[in-house]
Amino acid sequence: MAAEPETLLSVRDLSVTFQAEGGPVRAVDSLGFEVHRGRTLGIVGESGSGKSVTSMAVMGLHTGAQVTGSITLDGRELVGLAERDLNRLRGRKMAMVFQDPLSSLHPYYTVGEQIAEHHRVHFGSRRAAARRRAVEMLAEVGIPEPKRRAGEYPHQFSGGMRQRVMIAMALACEPELLIADEPTTALDVTVQAQILELIARIQQERSLAVVLITHDLGVVARVAHEVLVMYGGRAAEQAPVEAVFAAPAHPYTRGLLDSLPRLDDADDAPLRAIPGSPPSLLAPAPGCAFVPRCPRAAAAGTDASERCERVRPRLVASDGRAVACHLPLSPAIAPTDRTRKVIP
Amino acid sequence: MTPTDRPAFSAGTPAGQSAQPAPPHTDPLLSVRNLTMTFPGRRGRSAAVRAVDGVSFDVAAGETLGLVGESGCGKSTTGRMIVRLLEPTGGSVSYDGRDISHLAQRELRPLRREIQMVFQDPHSSLNPRQTVARIIADPLLVQGSPAADARRRAAELMELVGLIPEHIDRYPHEFSGGQAQRIGIARSLATSPRLVVADEPVSALDVSVQAQIVNLMERLQGELGLAYLFIAHDLSVVKRVCDRVAVMYLGRIVEIGPRERVYTAPAHPYTRALLSAVPLPDPVAERSRERITLLGDPPSPAAPPPGCTFHPRCLKAQAICRSEAPVLSIAAHGGTRQVACHFPEAA
Repeated sequence: MAAEPETLLSVRDLSVTFQAEGGPVRAVDSLGFEVHRGRTLGIVGESGSGKSVTSMAVMGLHTGAQVTGSITLDGRELVGLAERDLNRLRGRKMAMVFQDPLSSLHPYYTVGEQIAEHHRVHFGSRRAAARRRAVEMLAEVGIPEPKRRAGEYPHQFSGGMRQRVMIAMALACEPELLIADEPTTALDVTVQAQILELIARIQQERSLAVVLITHDLGVVARVAHEVLVMYGGRAAEQAPVEAVFAAPAHPYTRGLLDSLPRLDDADDAPLRAIPGSPPSLLAPAPGCAFVPRCPRAAAAGTDASERCERVRPRLVASDGRAVACHLPLSPAIAPTDRTRKVIP
Repeated sequence: MTPTDRPAFSAGTPAGQSAQPAPPHTDPLLSVRNLTMTFPGRRGRSAAVRAVDGVSFDVAAGETLGLVGESGCGKSTTGRMIVRLLEPTGGSVSYDGRDISHLAQRELRPLRREIQMVFQDPHSSLNPRQTVARIIADPLLVQGSPAADARRRAAELMELVGLIPEHIDRYPHEFSGGQAQRIGIARSLATSPRLVVADEPVSALDVSVQAQIVNLMERLQGELGLAYLFIAHDLSVVKRVCDRVAVMYLGRIVEIGPRERVYTAPAHPYTRALLSAVPLPDPVAERSRERITLLGDPPSPAAPPPGCTFHPRCLKAQAICRSEAPVLSIAAHGGTRQVACHFPEAA
């Protein structure tokens, strides 16, 4: 390994609070993480875990919410930055790809115009130059006949090709940070493989920092270097990808891994499901959000489980990983004793 | 060993449905033959779409057939024809030896007891203005049960699927996604069906909740002897639940057989690519895997390629693949597995 990867994005003590009818809802609570150049951070979570709210906060897209804490991009503080300054950074320094490319593209403009517009806004380039750049970008993301396709409208593209267009648009101004929010969730699995490969290739070529938000642990295992597991708006666990999958420290992470049906399962034993459902942010528990579903809290004595219920666990770092749990799993425990087999 | 009691196949359709070496006295519960659905195009504006093109398979009592494929492959349309939400434009659906493909609504009513459906989105498939009691009891009321009996049965069913019977007078929005899917399952079981068509029953649920529903469906199958047609795009889930699996591509079955054979030794290049595209939740295994990445997208069913419809994306395609559609037939050393390919992988 070469020198320490350079930190591009640094998030510290980030909280995002929305004003809802029933009072304030804290969708993200005291979150912190770093993203390095040339590396991918996978943020994993279920609905309501706060993973998408986090990415929107980084992009400065929460106009109605109260965002506190610190988000620095290449040393520059983004929280509290004026909209005009944010606009200069969006696209140029950081860019985002969303889950549903069809609803993120404008139906009335050709994809070439939409990519070119970005370039004109940020570089003040002339129409013809921007247009050439759009065609180049379409070629770079693997769209055949880019010159002809640039003159077509979003509805004329398939789902996978539309997502390529979104990536082309995001990368047209050569940002240093790419946030991809469930970029392959709406796609078929064979097309998903193409898009993940495309993102990985572009990342290597440009030393791009990538935040990949997903609910799919398989996708994370394939592309992420570091993993942040979120639950109920907070970080549950953060570690290098191998560590998370080989020896999860948080009972939630372990529960997720144990409950997944896998292609390489060698037996048919019933899945070890996590009981209950993800927590509601409308009525947050005073202690750990996972307590009602946690087997370790249930198995622990009254004193210990009471602590889980009353006291929010803080994210404690050691050995290059961090976990927010009063009763973390010893890292020596393998995640599962299920038999696996090698599959092609 | 073609069973003599089955109808002959018309030319040009997947033949050789003889692969199941089941003893002749156990007729399948569901028998689908050469099933076809053509949706008419809009006059002068779009072509007709053949969403399902000559699909044949059997489902035995108590077994699970997994039907997998990517969006637009016709798997949901196939399911909707079997429960007769759609009337097939060709071929037949036989339930318990009786052809139900063209029955009128009135004639279908007694059959609705036997064949039920579970839908993908639990909340949008439940009427928000009805209580759980009404939702679950509705199939029974339609069948003529007295209201008090139906309500009692609804409470029993809630308990069976792991819901709290005291919640019987609540409304769907008071339940989480996983609980709502349990309501949908309870409703499907109200009339004690023998066949349940489940169309993506867990794909709208949170990851941590999917396993609960998969386990529930497996337990219910054991307790009630249900047969499932389990339609899904998630190959890992299907592997968990099914006894046999059929892989569809552009309206046709390209491979069908016992789960073990299809998953461990896929014979169709598409099946191989599909399995290899599924990411494993294991970074070490992921890094060492050799992946087959397909180029391009699935073609439109409105303009299917000639010959084998998979040939434009197939690494093994030869001249014959571009001109001649392969028929579904038993693969070499494939046991009871069938594959529609000119150059199947040796098992």
